[in-house]
Amino acid sequence: MFDYEKYLRLEMFPHIWCPGCGDGIVMKSLLRAIDRIGLHKDEICMVSGIGCSSRLPGYVDFNTLHTTHGRPIAFATGVKLAKPSLTVIVITGDGDALAIGGNHFIHAARRNIGMTVLLFNNATYGMTGGQLAPTSPAGTIASTSRYGSIDPPFDACKLAIAAGATYVARATSFHSQQLDRLIEGGIKHKGFALIEVLENCNTYYGRPNKLNLIDLLKWEKDNTVNVKAAERMTPEQLQGKIITGLLHQANRPEYAAEYDKFIARVQS
Amino acid sequence: MSRQGTSPQVKLLQGNEACAEAAIAAGCRFFAGYPISPSSEIAEHMSVLLPRVGGKFIQMEDEIAAMGTILGAAITGMKVMTATSGPGYSLKQENIGYAVMAEIPCVIVDVMRGGPSTGLPTSPAQSDVMQARWGTHGDHPAVALAPASVREVYDETIRAFNIAERFRMPVSVLVDEVIAHMRERVVVPDKASIVLWERPRPTAGPDRYLPYAETPTGVPPMADFGTGYRYHVTGLYHDPRGLPNDTPEIVDSVIRRLVGKIELGIDLIQKYEESGLMDATIGIVAYGSSARSAKAAIRMARTRGIRVGLLRPVTIWPFPERPVRDLATRVKHLIVPEMNLGQLVLEVERVVAGRCPVHRVNQVTGEPIPPNEILHLIMEVA
Repeated sequence: MFDYEKYLRLEMFPHIWCPGCGDGIVMKSLLRAIDRIGLHKDEICMVSGIGCSSRLPGYVDFNTLHTTHGRPIAFATGVKLAKPSLTVIVITGDGDALAIGGNHFIHAARRNIGMTVLLFNNATYGMTGGQLAPTSPAGTIASTSRYGSIDPPFDACKLAIAAGATYVARATSFHSQQLDRLIEGGIKHKGFALIEVLENCNTYYGRPNKLNLIDLLKWEKDNTVNVKAAERMTPEQLQGKIITGLLHQANRPEYAAEYDKFIARVQS
Repeated sequence: MSRQGTSPQVKLLQGNEACAEAAIAAGCRFFAGYPISPSSEIAEHMSVLLPRVGGKFIQMEDEIAAMGTILGAAITGMKVMTATSGPGYSLKQENIGYAVMAEIPCVIVDVMRGGPSTGLPTSPAQSDVMQARWGTHGDHPAVALAPASVREVYDETIRAFNIAERFRMPVSVLVDEVIAHMRERVVVPDKASIVLWERPRPTAGPDRYLPYAETPTGVPPMADFGTGYRYHVTGLYHDPRGLPNDTPEIVDSVIRRLVGKIELGIDLIQKYEESGLMDATIGIVAYGSSARSAKAAIRMARTRGIRVGLLRPVTIWPFPERPVRDLATRVKHLIVPEMNLGQLVLEVERVVAGRCPVHRVNQVTGEPIPPNEILHLIMEVA
């Protein structure tokens, strides 16, 4: 039995997440990955924005920074550049990272600055009561799209790859062992790593769309295909499926390390 | 020509250059910015100066990012700065409020230009006085310094770092475009003569550390991230451990301590210049480049036998209430010239509270106030 408590601020419990929320599953996966790598708690700086998932850093015993809406990657850029020895992990939601914080997301990827962005994608704004998100599928019923949305959603992974991220993975809260491995890989990676986690908000996404928790978890299971399995499937079989696993990995100089070389060059 | 080794150095400096040089002298080792007129020279100079001293400059994707990035760097222990101008200052305001709430030291230089909106990108104004006070939402303390010469830009930039660090809060330097782009002969102070204040850091071990404790000064010690003091930082109301807490007692004590800490330390923050007030029957309250126009007007008035003096707030927030109130009891008239439609004059009127008439000179054309404009009013009321 994994000892989660050694990483938790027990005085912060009970947490704010609804019963059935995917956030707790992802948090446990994150803690198992950190433990597998063997990082000391002092070496980790966890930075988050605003939203349900962004409350996570309050519950864990690291150097934790709960910032403003959409800005955790900007704050994390300052932390990493000022103190490259820290392992910087960004906890963010789909609204936080892809709507209000979209600019920071693409530019941090462009710089390839060393941070692991764990993007909790529940396709809604849960904390504010279930408004339409930039990841909500077209047709979604949300509190700001009562007639079904006509907005096409973002693909966070394609966006990150196009912007220059060097480790891009997608997982679900259903496939938690795969998630462990992908988070571990992301944290070990030197550069900008994105792990998008498809998870559920049964309260604010599920209810208006007439999906219960079981439906939502089954959706995660039935509508995703591992990237390796996908290689053996036909385009017809892949129709409507979302590919999970390590989607992209590249070698490019990490920004904070390059900066130290840059300073040495200027000073010589 | 380098004159290192012979101190003090004399340099011909632009206001924005002086700001960058002073930041380095104050120990600033991290700058994040975004191009905007008329402040861009500060970022340009920091990009040259910082790597030479092992510091870091980063040009961010936008103004909001620049503000967030310096706060991230500050929490690891660095002295940090950003520079901007009106529209960028507006964009930074949310994260300035975060710095207030999370008590993260930082310096924001706002080179004031004509607004609202894009306004007058390269012309002077003093239009951000109230933005510096109330730009971010919610109750909050604010410190803003308004230098009136290039040398004073140097001194006030250093003082901004000192206040930011000592009080764990954002400090704004409001430079108007006239001062920012003006070149003056500056006697750069000898490094050894510069007094630097550092943020309070914990003396006890991590197990007893409270990042947001009540202290006699109102300023709790701040541990650098990554040094064994693991704690939580949030923009939510929080208890002394930094953990979110919205009980009425906690909320009340936090906001009162945040606002109260600069009241407790007011003598360390307040700064103003008085000249020619001993015999004055007319007082002028002016700051930044308007104070230079006022000084010229005062000289002209005195040659005509009119006794006029100047009270020049250097710290404009918190507003120098006592000296303005005292002055109002000694003079028959007060004149407040500003390159806006009347911002700091609102504070003057509030504090004077009818003790004497307060007259305004407001210029909003994108040009500095001609001394004659002030002189006319002096002669009118004399």
